[in-house]
Amino acid sequence: MHLILFLIFAGFCLAGAVNLLLQTHPINSALSLIVVMSSLAVLYLLLGAEFLAIAQIIVYAGAVMVLFTFVVMLLNVGEEEKTHGSKVAKIVGFPAIFVFFSVITTVLLEAQRRLDMLKMGGIQLSDAMTTIRELSQVLFTDMLLPFELTSVLILIAILGAVALARKEGHS
Amino acid sequence: MHSSLWNDIPSFWYLILSALLFSLGVVGFLIKRTLITVFMSIELMLNAVNLSFVTFAHDWHQVKGQIFVFFVMMVAAAEAAVGLAIIISIYRSRATLNVDQIDLMKL
Repeated sequence: MHLILFLIFAGFCLAGAVNLLLQTHPINSALSLIVVMSSLAVLYLLLGAEFLAIAQIIVYAGAVMVLFTFVVMLLNVGEEEKTHGSKVAKIVGFPAIFVFFSVITTVLLEAQRRLDMLKMGGIQLSDAMTTIRELSQVLFTDMLLPFELTSVLILIAILGAVALARKEGHS
Repeated sequence: MHSSLWNDIPSFWYLILSALLFSLGVVGFLIKRTLITVFMSIELMLNAVNLSFVTFAHDWHQVKGQIFVFFVMMVAAAEAAVGLAIIISIYRSRATLNVDQIDLMKL
């Protein structure tokens, strides 16, 4: 069951990400990114992070991507111009990205293998699912100051966005 | 039954998927020509990193990994708002989103 769900949604994820690269029109890329983010929400659920799965759908697939599609439509962005990349870029690029991928995979798997042996302190999760109660207990006690700082950050971001997007000449 | 249902995927599959998504994000960042698609590739990379955070949190039964993802999401939302505002003001002043033509800071 878990395996089937993983294979389906990991496939959706990769297909969406590849489609994002292949599409020339930004609105198609935005829609593929929504597919990627929604499938990631299912994968979070498989990993037992129910709150993050919901937050992923609301914040990413909802708010952020609506903002993206809104801007694409507002600016009426057309298809991107085809530039035939130089031959050197193609010859160097494919091996380079493969090497890059191998390096991060090795680092991640090595980190997993090494740190598996460490005994981690702190609050342990009870079982497969992390409930919102466990998450919020840590968030509102140990992490209270970062949490409050995030709200200040978002306030500043709102002000910055308004200041940047405002038409020149109005004060 | 319950535990086998939840534990029969080795978590390195998730890590490999995360590395693949991150690499695709890097490729998109390098090859795309529209500013807004370049920005989308950055979001893809952020999501890939979030996936590895959640995987490690699941592996070690640590709640802090999930909290970190929560903060990354909030910062990414703020970043998207400011970034798209910058894109709008660039479009106002230059009437293009082609990254080859937005080269004021190029040496």
